[in-house]
Amino acid sequence: MKLGFITVLLTFTCSIALAQDLLIMGANLHTQSDAGVIENTDILIKDGRIAKIAPRIPTNKMIKVINANGRPVTPALFAGVTVSGLSEVEAVSEAVDSSYRELYTELMHPEFDVRMAYNPHSSVIPITRVEGFGFALLAARGGDKTLSGHGGLVRFDGGYDSFEGKPVVYVQTSGRSAASVGGSRVAHWMLLNQTFAEAMTDEDLTLITPQGAALLKSASDDGLFLFHADRAADIMRVLAFAAEHKLSPVIHGGSEAWMVAKSLADAGVPVILNPLENLPASFESLGARLDNAAILHKAGVPIIFSSGETHNARKVRQLAGNAAANGLPHSAALAAISSTPAEVFGAEPRSASEGARADLVIWSGDPLEVTSQAQQVILGGIPDTMVSRQTLLRDRYLDTDSAMPRAYINP
Amino acid sequence: MRSILAVLLSVFTATVSATPFPSTYQPLPSSPTLITNATILTGDGRRLDEADMYISDGKVVWVGEGTVPSDGVNTIDASGKWLTPGIIDVHSHLGVYPSPGVAAHSDGNEATAPVTAEVWAEHSVWPQDPGFSRAIAGGITTLQILPGSANLFGGRSVTLKNIPKNTYQAMKFPGAPYGLKMACGENPKRVYGGRKQAPSTRMGNVAAYRASWIRAQRYIRDWEQYEQKMAKKSANVEDDSDNNSNSALAAALIKPPKRDLELETLAGVLKGEILVHMHCYRADEMMTILDMADEFGYKLGTFHHGVEAYKIADELANNDVCGALWADWWGFKMEAYDGIQENIAMVDRPENSCAIVHSDSDEGIQRLNQEAAKAMSKGQAAGLDIPPERAIRWITSNAAKSLGIAEQTGTLTPGKMADVVIWNQNPFSVYAKAQQVFIDGAMVFDRDNSALQPVSDFELGQLLEAAQ
Repeated sequence: MKLGFITVLLTFTCSIALAQDLLIMGANLHTQSDAGVIENTDILIKDGRIAKIAPRIPTNKMIKVINANGRPVTPALFAGVTVSGLSEVEAVSEAVDSSYRELYTELMHPEFDVRMAYNPHSSVIPITRVEGFGFALLAARGGDKTLSGHGGLVRFDGGYDSFEGKPVVYVQTSGRSAASVGGSRVAHWMLLNQTFAEAMTDEDLTLITPQGAALLKSASDDGLFLFHADRAADIMRVLAFAAEHKLSPVIHGGSEAWMVAKSLADAGVPVILNPLENLPASFESLGARLDNAAILHKAGVPIIFSSGETHNARKVRQLAGNAAANGLPHSAALAAISSTPAEVFGAEPRSASEGARADLVIWSGDPLEVTSQAQQVILGGIPDTMVSRQTLLRDRYLDTDSAMPRAYINP
Repeated sequence: MRSILAVLLSVFTATVSATPFPSTYQPLPSSPTLITNATILTGDGRRLDEADMYISDGKVVWVGEGTVPSDGVNTIDASGKWLTPGIIDVHSHLGVYPSPGVAAHSDGNEATAPVTAEVWAEHSVWPQDPGFSRAIAGGITTLQILPGSANLFGGRSVTLKNIPKNTYQAMKFPGAPYGLKMACGENPKRVYGGRKQAPSTRMGNVAAYRASWIRAQRYIRDWEQYEQKMAKKSANVEDDSDNNSNSALAAALIKPPKRDLELETLAGVLKGEILVHMHCYRADEMMTILDMADEFGYKLGTFHHGVEAYKIADELANNDVCGALWADWWGFKMEAYDGIQENIAMVDRPENSCAIVHSDSDEGIQRLNQEAAKAMSKGQAAGLDIPPERAIRWITSNAAKSLGIAEQTGTLTPGKMADVVIWNQNPFSVYAKAQQVFIDGAMVFDRDNSALQPVSDFELGQLLEAAQ
């Protein structure tokens, strides 16, 4: 009853907020669709969606107008694989909900759904949003379990249930996590084979609960499995395992993915990577190199960028810029943090075309350049206030002539 | 006999003042080089357009206008390119936390006691860390390697020139003073409080620093008293020529205080010979530390990380303290909760400020120019006037000041080391790349010449099949 009331109230609030139509004039629109970049165009937004894209759209008093003055406009960006809204402060364990440990059972819990803990009011959300980010993939973080849970895409529009797309199950297969799982990456595969055998037959469950088995089955049908793997050899094992069990895999990490680019392309398996990785950080990533993204893209592998950071998730734009500086076409670098993740994770398209969600950003300059700023973020057709806890701290301390303590300055 | 005494005296003096593990640094071979038509950011706040620079014998000879010998000069046309001093990172753990980051390589924190001023980071540095060569490609010519922040007193730092050598001694910046790494706040109290030992609180941190400084004061006094006694005995020898052999023996029998490596380092700080690099996040804690430095009469050199430094920017400038900061890190722990992206620009704002962009990261050190670019643009967006020629100081001259090497490097000033980067474009851009890097006039990196792209022993021959 109570829940129903809240839903009604939310719907009501949203419909009021959506009432005003919006016109962005003079945009240099990076559509992230076949239309490419449309220069000097107007964008009309009605009911939270892009109603029209045309050179000169007539306006009236009822329409709020924002003049882009020829500046770039892109879809709101993807902040990567994060725990935004699940973690207030990384080292404050009581304020972090992204992983499970010390449960009453020794079982693995793929049914551990991090979305249940998502808090849209976390200060992390507006801090990330004002930098031009509209959505992220919520992660069930590793720990010592082969299956660490599942998550999915979330929009940074302040909603309690702003989830989209397919369930995404997190699978660890790397050597580092294997250190706590039987001391070998072989143990991961052993456990995974046994778990899937149990889940599919539903008999004699010893590694998972009935709920876990149900989740694995449904995710096998319409979900994704995010395998953390960096080493080329491990990636090949993932491809074989996924083929055997008819799963849709995504490689997360992929430092050495370029070495098996053709296999990935042939299998149509996307890779989430950090294009800044160029050091042999471990024996799993001896092949890390700056043009990993460029090589994968050229081979036809869908790529998505993520730093794995939450508080500084906004840095993902710099990741894309560096990939572009190292051989990846600019449009592909932008796609890796906008349209591709939406497509891979089964969300509504993040391309700026008529009928699409009006999740857009007006930039001061090249959206991949570190000196550019997000000047106006628009989510669901609503212009953001562009205020965060950090902009308020900045404004509180930017003032140099206050006679009173800063606590009295409330910008 | 007098000469024997002199030897005896010098032996004792040497035990405190010698410089063990000395630098064996030698610049790589170089030839006189004229770089023409570049946009030059000098590092001291000036910008010269379409300008030339001449370097010879490892030094900057002139910037702007000057004469060049008629032959034997290598000329580089830098039209459309930008030229800056070599980039300096004041906060790196390359070598002490190298790649690959396996447990066997974890040599940055002697986290077995909260006060380990006796350890020296250089004794942990693995020169084969591939991170060094990646940093060269980012224009890093000098870097300070620090111990980690588990301890209140983490140990001595070392400043290196970023040339790929097999020993740290061969990289050691000649004449650079040592630094002492200290840490505030959460890290020490978490590491030791977690073991139910002191310190487990911030007040415990401060009590332990002060107890250590008191011991260091005593150590200095003990040595001074010893030296006074020796001087007196020595004077007696001069006066008493009949009996000088006896007096000399008596002098030799005065026992020096027991040498203590930990207190030697702390005494070095109190005497102004070793620079303090203090890991500290919160504004209130930084003010406590400044008061403590006053109490014991030492100079606080640089606060590192300082995510709340913007709250005390004036106090830092008034105390002549540098702030070595990140462009955008925040939120990874409670004391990093109030981080803002305008921190560096706001610390830079007062007169006589010393804002620095540091990395603390094997990724960040490869693109310190981008970190500075982010900080610059956030400052500009907040209405602060920060042109590139000002912002470049954050990763050149201000960093050199922090490390006590501003006389030798950090600006393109005639007579200084020819540590220079030629960028393919304005370095304050995600697309900028260091094209050529010079250290002491020698080209140590060239993006277009694989013969000038160093590869560490560790990386040689890896993934042979994959490379086919």
